Amino acid sequence: MQKKIVFKILLSFAFITQAQSAESGGMPQLNPEFWVSQIVWLVITFGALYIVLSKVILPKISDNLEIRRSQILENIEIAEKQREESEQKVKEFEKIILNSKIEAKNIFNEARQKVLSDIDKKRNELENSLEQEIVSAEEEIKALNTSSIENIKQIATETSSNLIKQLIGEEISRDNISSIVNEIAKKESEKRDNV
Amino acid sequence: MAANPMYQFNVYRIGPEIKLGDVDISFTNASLFMVISTLAILLVFNLGAKKKSLIPDKIQLLAELSYSFVSKMISDTAGTKAKPYFSFIFSLFMFVLFCNMFGMIPYSFTVTSHIIVTFVLAAFIFIGVTIIGFIKHGLGYLKLFVPSGVPMVLLPLIVVIEIISYLSRPISLSVRLFANMMAGHTMMKVFGGFVVSLGVVGGWLPLSFSVALTGLEILVAFLQAYVFAILTCIYLNDALNLHH
Repeated sequence: MQKKIVFKILLSFAFITQAQSAESGGMPQLNPEFWVSQIVWLVITFGALYIVLSKVILPKISDNLEIRRSQILENIEIAEKQREESEQKVKEFEKIILNSKIEAKNIFNEARQKVLSDIDKKRNELENSLEQEIVSAEEEIKALNTSSIENIKQIATETSSNLIKQLIGEEISRDNISSIVNEIAKKESEKRDNV
Repeated sequence: MAANPMYQFNVYRIGPEIKLGDVDISFTNASLFMVISTLAILLVFNLGAKKKSLIPDKIQLLAELSYSFVSKMISDTAGTKAKPYFSFIFSLFMFVLFCNMFGMIPYSFTVTSHIIVTFVLAAFIFIGVTIIGFIKHGLGYLKLFVPSGVPMVLLPLIVVIEIISYLSRPISLSVRLFANMMAGHTMMKVFGGFVVSLGVVGGWLPLSFSVALTGLEILVAFLQAYVFAILTCIYLNDALNLHH
């Protein structure tokens, strides 16, 4: 029974393939007419492709990629180095700026100190000279004061002696008059002092 | 005859019949498109590799991006041990991709839509990977069929399943690519036929569908090349780094 079925199936397969080949070859893939030719040409073309690619072309591409990669790595290295250098430069620059800032501060302080001391000196000098002038002025005033009192006294004595001469016609000794004038002046000065 | 959606897969002789002994190795349209794809790959990548400028132009960028794309794919799936096989996987990926893409040009021929082509590629990969596995690990490569941490009771079953799955790799690899290509191209042909048969009145719907399908097929063309290459990487990974 089973054998019969298998036989029938096989028969039908054969029939179908026969019918198809009668029509237009059925599935051309299953037509073995050119199988060997296809295998031979596949081996020739694929073999040639493999040999040329592996021996000539792929090494070139691989070299290209390698060269590019190494170039890029080199460039990255250089860039890294330059970055480090520039960072160092920036640090140096900042140091310089800091130093110069400190220096500027110092200079400023020095200058201020100098100016202040100069001012002090000048002021001291000025004060000294002023004091001296004041002292001399005071002395002058004092001298003037004493001399003026003397003059006033003299004038007072002279005028009073003249007045007396004209009033009574006789001369009174100058000493008397001056002593009186002195007394009055003393009183006056005492009065002024009291006030 | 041209209305038959399978007609596009016909292989026919171009030029004289070449016979090597008893076998026919004539130059066919399939051979023509293999040669065209190969020459196109070599042209593009030769141009891309010729200039060695630091800042790449478009074609150089294309070549270098493809290189790093495949390189990344291999190192991601198979690790650094797979470096010696880079050229092979690169060639494989590019060959399948260009054959798929040239197949997208109307009236052209899709090399990868033939089971024999994809099967030869897959069988070569399978045999190569198996040989590499045995060279690297000796008979220890057979441990691939014995997953660790499986109960003893289940082991015979698991081993059988593993062996079957290993042996079916070339078939699944080749059929996946072939079937995707064939189905896509057949469908496009069918919808193209609908456009003609429905005429000006009703042809717009299948036409728009055909346009969308073209975009999808270009995606599939890339994706299947990628899948083919990445599965190769995974098989290679099994052979190089025995994980079980």
